[in-house]
Amino acid sequence: MDLVLVNLIDGLVTGLLLFMLSAGLTLIFSMMGVLNFAHASFYMLGAYFAYQISIFLGFWMGLLIAPLVVGVIGAGVERYGLRRVHQYGHVPELIFTFGLALLIEEVVQFIWGKDQMPYEIPGILEGAAFAIAGNTIPLYKVFMIFLSLLIFGGLLYVLTKTRVGMIIQAALSYPKTVEALGHNVPLVFMGVFGVGTALAGVAGVIAGPVLSTFPGMAVVLGSIVFVTIVIGGLGSLFGALVASLIIGWLTTFAKAYDVRMEDILTGIGFTKPDPIWDSAWQDLWTLTSPQIADILPYLLMVLILIFRPYGLFGKRDA
Amino acid sequence: MTDTTHNTHSDVLAGSGLTLAKALPWLIASAFLLVMPFVFTSNSAITIMNQMAITIIFALSYNMLLGQGGMLSFGHAVYMGVGGFLCVHIMNWDQFFGTLPLPVLPIFGGLFGMGLALIVGSFSTRRAGTVFAMISLGVGELIAACSVIIVVFFGGEEGISGDRTYGLPFFGIEFLQQIEVYYLTAFWLVLSALGMFLFSRTPVGRMANAVRDNPERAEFLGYSARWVRFYSFVASGFFAGIAGGLFAINYEILTEENLNLATSGSILLVTFLGGVGFFFGPVIGAIVFTLLQTVLSLQTELWALYVGALFVATVMFFPGGLAGVLMMHTPPLVLGKLHLLVKPYIKTLLPAAICILATAGFIEILFHARHAAIGDDQMTLFWMTFSHANPVPWIAFGAVALGGFWLARRNAPELVETWHEANTDTGARP
Repeated sequence: MDLVLVNLIDGLVTGLLLFMLSAGLTLIFSMMGVLNFAHASFYMLGAYFAYQISIFLGFWMGLLIAPLVVGVIGAGVERYGLRRVHQYGHVPELIFTFGLALLIEEVVQFIWGKDQMPYEIPGILEGAAFAIAGNTIPLYKVFMIFLSLLIFGGLLYVLTKTRVGMIIQAALSYPKTVEALGHNVPLVFMGVFGVGTALAGVAGVIAGPVLSTFPGMAVVLGSIVFVTIVIGGLGSLFGALVASLIIGWLTTFAKAYDVRMEDILTGIGFTKPDPIWDSAWQDLWTLTSPQIADILPYLLMVLILIFRPYGLFGKRDA
Repeated sequence: MTDTTHNTHSDVLAGSGLTLAKALPWLIASAFLLVMPFVFTSNSAITIMNQMAITIIFALSYNMLLGQGGMLSFGHAVYMGVGGFLCVHIMNWDQFFGTLPLPVLPIFGGLFGMGLALIVGSFSTRRAGTVFAMISLGVGELIAACSVIIVVFFGGEEGISGDRTYGLPFFGIEFLQQIEVYYLTAFWLVLSALGMFLFSRTPVGRMANAVRDNPERAEFLGYSARWVRFYSFVASGFFAGIAGGLFAINYEILTEENLNLATSGSILLVTFLGGVGFFFGPVIGAIVFTLLQTVLSLQTELWALYVGALFVATVMFFPGGLAGVLMMHTPPLVLGKLHLLVKPYIKTLLPAAICILATAGFIEILFHARHAAIGDDQMTLFWMTFSHANPVPWIAFGAVALGGFWLARRNAPELVETWHEANTDTGARP
């Protein structure tokens, strides 16, 4: 039971981190109808910038400045890249962001090399926050949870309670009308793209020290973020939250509990073939849950797409 | 009304008849493939050509989805991969492989790729666009991840390997040498390219274009957009599987790398670079990309950076790809004004090319200065050897790049003007 609580916290950290990425992605999608393939690349940029800044100014300045820089780059990409490609349609837009993801990875390798960066958590956040039955919870994880909750609180407040948020929400559904009312909709698009990528940057800053900062970090998380927003329903912020938490907990629990296929199969009543390495079913018999933990999200996505193509909370026509 | 009927009628007539003009490109291409090994005789050149041929088939099959069907796939490597894996398994199945001539093997890969496409296509082709792209990504990642788990079929992390020479000798040929494999690959290249071209001329192939452009309207005409997409998807899976079979014959090993997102992404890159709008676009893309991959990667570590930049530039400025750029010159050619363009092209594109080369040189020096081993400051670039600590090369490359940019920029309006003139029919032809 204690272990369950520890895993719940671990899964929550993973889930909230995923949500920080998927929130920006799904906002961008619902506004511009474009899935930003390079979203995880901005997350990687956030980690690298924060590392570079932390060398000179320390971790906290990195946390402050790196997302801003990433956001400005993101806005620039929207203004000078995406807006140009937009005229060709949605598929070229997707291809453009895909090419951008490739390019950013190459540029990162060009500047920082292929090795992992020694980006570490600041001294003040090292050590354990508290312990549950002998399992210590690191202070940094608690910090990650609080920071992400803080950001979502702020995002939610801005989107629902402020004038800017109202304009954004209106521009989501009726861009033409909002434009006719005198608002600069392209500017809103650029802002949302910038804020979305900045959110990804924040995620990179706080994930960099724990998940390690290396050129492949975008690829590792990239497709999972897509899976998340597809499961949650394209364009649904709430769906993205639910899906992030589901994926976070699903993978954490699958890794923590060693459920073996062997036990399940013998439980149903099959007998294990002997010797196992001659059997054509050896892979099925030796399957364990930590082994498949990483593909569970994909499996879930394919199942969702077959049985509920618009995702958990998506609109029917999304 | 009579007019349209008449036109359709003559179209049908022209479509059904096999004229020399239509067969000519195919005959030239086949002759070209026959002659190539006599021009480039070295073993490495033949290896590159084999790789090229396989990439061409793969890219053409990918373009059946992207270019002709409007379906953007991020997991097409899977169909080529499983076809290849099956072929290696057949190679290792002695009793059966001993009675099978090697040239027949790719068919099995194709059928297996088609089988997988049947399953995946049954649910993924419901919608095109973003949803299709996401499903293809998910399925691709799923199967790529399975390759580590299902060791029986995918061989785990080290993959599976076989030996092509155990097959039944084909008219005494045992395929020990690269050149023999080349002719096998070339034969399948012509066959599959012809097959895919003819598919694009069938009613289903034509409807795929219609569904790509306007699915709603196609539905109103009574065609199911989903089924049309499904047929294209399955056919594309078949040809991807054939490419996989040829890959298995050529390399005799398949690993997880043949299934993953990087491979799926690079075929998207190849196809888009070549141009999705024309049938021969992916062919150009595959040739250019393979050359870049093999030749450029020998010259510089940064080739992937350049290819990435080229790709992004293509998407932004030339969405038609290389084939699109080539075909843009058809109207001036028809008008007989192509010669007008020669001079402005030289005046603008030459400085632009110099600018790009100098920029690349600058980037190379920067890269060397940043990442070379300590103490190793000598580098060779464009047949010149110098130290990266020396400021002269930095300044020289920077100045040449800026100068080229300025010159290209200055002459660009003239090019645009001539371009418009060359595309205008003035009627006063000499």
